[in-house]
Parts: sequence; structure tokens; C-alpha cells
Amino acid sequence: MFDWIQNIADYIVYYIFSISEKSHLAKALNFFIYESVKIIILLVLVIFLMGIINSYFPVERVKNYLSQNKLYGFEYVTASLFGTVTPFCSCSSVPLFIGFVSGGIPLGVTFAFLITSPLVNEVAVGLFLGLFGFKTTSIYVISGILLGTISGIILQYFNLEKYLTSWVIEILKNARKEQEAYIKEKQSFKKRLPVIWYEALTIIKGILPYLLLGIALGGLMHGYIPKGFFEDFMGKDNWLAVPISTVLAVPMYSNASGILPVVQVFVDKGVPLGTAIAFMMAVVGLSLPEAMLLKKVMTWKLIGIFFGTVTICIIISGYLFNLIL
Amino acid sequence: MEIKILGTGCPNCLTLEKKVRNVVNENSIDAKITMVKDILQIMSYNIMSTPALVIDEEVILKGRVPKDSELLALIKSKN
Repeated sequence: MFDWIQNIADYIVYYIFSISEKSHLAKALNFFIYESVKIIILLVLVIFLMGIINSYFPVERVKNYLSQNKLYGFEYVTASLFGTVTPFCSCSSVPLFIGFVSGGIPLGVTFAFLITSPLVNEVAVGLFLGLFGFKTTSIYVISGILLGTISGIILQYFNLEKYLTSWVIEILKNARKEQEAYIKEKQSFKKRLPVIWYEALTIIKGILPYLLLGIALGGLMHGYIPKGFFEDFMGKDNWLAVPISTVLAVPMYSNASGILPVVQVFVDKGVPLGTAIAFMMAVVGLSLPEAMLLKKVMTWKLIGIFFGTVTICIIISGYLFNLIL
Repeated sequence: MEIKILGTGCPNCLTLEKKVRNVVNENSIDAKITMVKDILQIMSYNIMSTPALVIDEEVILKGRVPKDSELLALIKSKN
């Protein structure tokens, strides 16, 4: 499917720059050109497609659906599924949280949404497709949905309402299920497309510097690190690798576009996929800036329980992947 | 008219504020622009995604930053 990009990369490196095919520099440069073009194409496609879906399922509609329908236990997985198609900006997490809570949606269901939304977002999925292929991407998406669902159910079990900040508890008391119905925008598909396209380009422009830097770094490592380099100390036999990489990743800010290309090289050089997926989930799904924002609606204790539960679930799924993949 | 930008201070919110100020200045529109950062005030507009654009207390746009041309059209349609 992407042979033509490889041909272009070969042509530029071997003919235009005339660098010997065997040199490290040629390998690194070739990798950089091929990967950048391929990943950018896939990112544009995924962001655009997710934008189309989201334009028909905006978060207000999701909230109304969850608030007004009895789902008999399926509300967690439904919230989690909705979370995958909603684009996530950490600055929206507080209004989103309040919106859900004031609509009478249980805290655990709100958490399920809040966990999956950043975890399976359009940028992460596009990057995964470009770097790891379809199979790994599906595994990532499905486990992201399961992770949100299961963590949501666990968190609901603990009755954590008392650990919200006082003004949120006040809102909780006045929560109403019947709120004004979501008004569908009656715009034609044709009218929506330019807006969605513009949004997609804005997102790409924002992440492009980090992405190129990440791929360049990955390209350098790709050319210079020998194959199987990480197997000895980060291989499947090392049981500490999963928790250590997860815990290290939590405070990292969710700049997936810079980190994923580097992680891909780690996997290529012998780090097991489960360990890598756990690392990436922690980078993308949990971050300190998000914790700071959530401070407005939750006490530190609740943020701790929330992050702790998700971290443990991520570590468990990392082990599971290492066992089955 | 009164234009409010609702946002907790994220990069997108600041971009929207800058864009609104530019569009208003360039087209010499008579408008008072305020940035609303207080979360309780933001929530009173019943929105769930930021940034949002409010003109004369009506939510015009939420969750995205529009193109300059779209922004101008939106502001003009309310003027």
C-alpha cells in the first residue's frame, strides 16, 4: 500500500543525495522520509474520519443519551465507546466532568468516558496505524475501551462521590436527568466538510514539529542501535519492565506525537509490545496537567484513587499483552 | 455588542481570544470582549467543551476554533 512512498524515499536518498545504501546515515534518512510521509497521510485520514463521526455525535448528544437511557450495566462500555470518537482536549475535561455529573450520570460511567477519551483519540490512533500497523492498532483501541470500562466499574464500586470538591457535591444534589434535549444541527454533510477539514489541518499543524522531531530521533536510533539491543534488560523475562515503564510515563505530558515514533524503535529493537503499549497508554491517558485541572472538581484523594486505579489496570494489561502477543 | 470567550486558559482558548480581537479590530466592530476563565461562570452557559464563543449571552460556537472568515461572518450575523 505504501510502496510508492518507499520508492520516493529511496530515490531521494540514493539518487538525489547519492548516499551509499549501506551507510547508517542513508538508513536513518530513508526511515525519516518514509515514516514522515506515511504517518502524516494516515494521520490526516484518521483525524478527518473521526472529525466526521464526531460532528454527528458531539459530546452534548452523548451526555443526553447516557443520561436519559437505561442501559442495564452497558452504560460503562457505551460511555467508553463514545469516548473513543470524542476528540479530547485536557482543558475540556472539567466542563465535561461537570456536564456529565449534572446530567445525573453515575461517577463511574463519567470516569469510563474520561479514561477512554484521551486514551483512544484521533492522533494516537493515526500514529499507531502509521507506526505499528492495523493489528496492533486494533489491539490498542479495544484494550483502551476495555480499560475505560473496567476502571469505570471499579471506581463506581468505591462510592467516591464524597471525595468530590464541595461545589461539585452541591451540583450532584441538584442533578437532573431531564434536561433540554440535544438540538441536532441541521447542516448538510457538504457544509460540514470544510469545517472538519480545517479542524484536521489545525490539529496536524499543531503536532507536526513534535512528530517530525520524534521521527527524526527514531530514525537516528533506528540506524545506530543494533537489533535486539533491549532484549537483555527489557525483555519479557524482566517482570519489572512493565510497572517501571508505566509509572515513568504517567507524569509525562500527553505529547504522543513526539514519543510514539521513538517507542516504535524500542519495539523494533527488542522491547516487548505489551510493555510498550503500557508505556504509551500511561503517556497518553494520564498526565500531570490533567491532574492539575481535575483538582478543581476532585480532592487530591480522589485524583489519587483515579490515577492509581487506571495505572494498575494499565500495568495488568501490559502483562496480559506480553503473555498473549 | 458583548463578546465573551469561555475557556479555562488552554492554548485553543487563547487562540480564539486572539482571533476574536483581531477580527473585531480589523473590521472596526464595536464590541466589548471579555475572557471568562471562571469554571462556575463557564458552566452556567451549559457547555461541555471549550473554548466557546458567546455573543450577547448566546452561545454561538463551542469546542473549536473557527477560521477568521467564519468568525467574522458569525459576529456580523449577530451585529
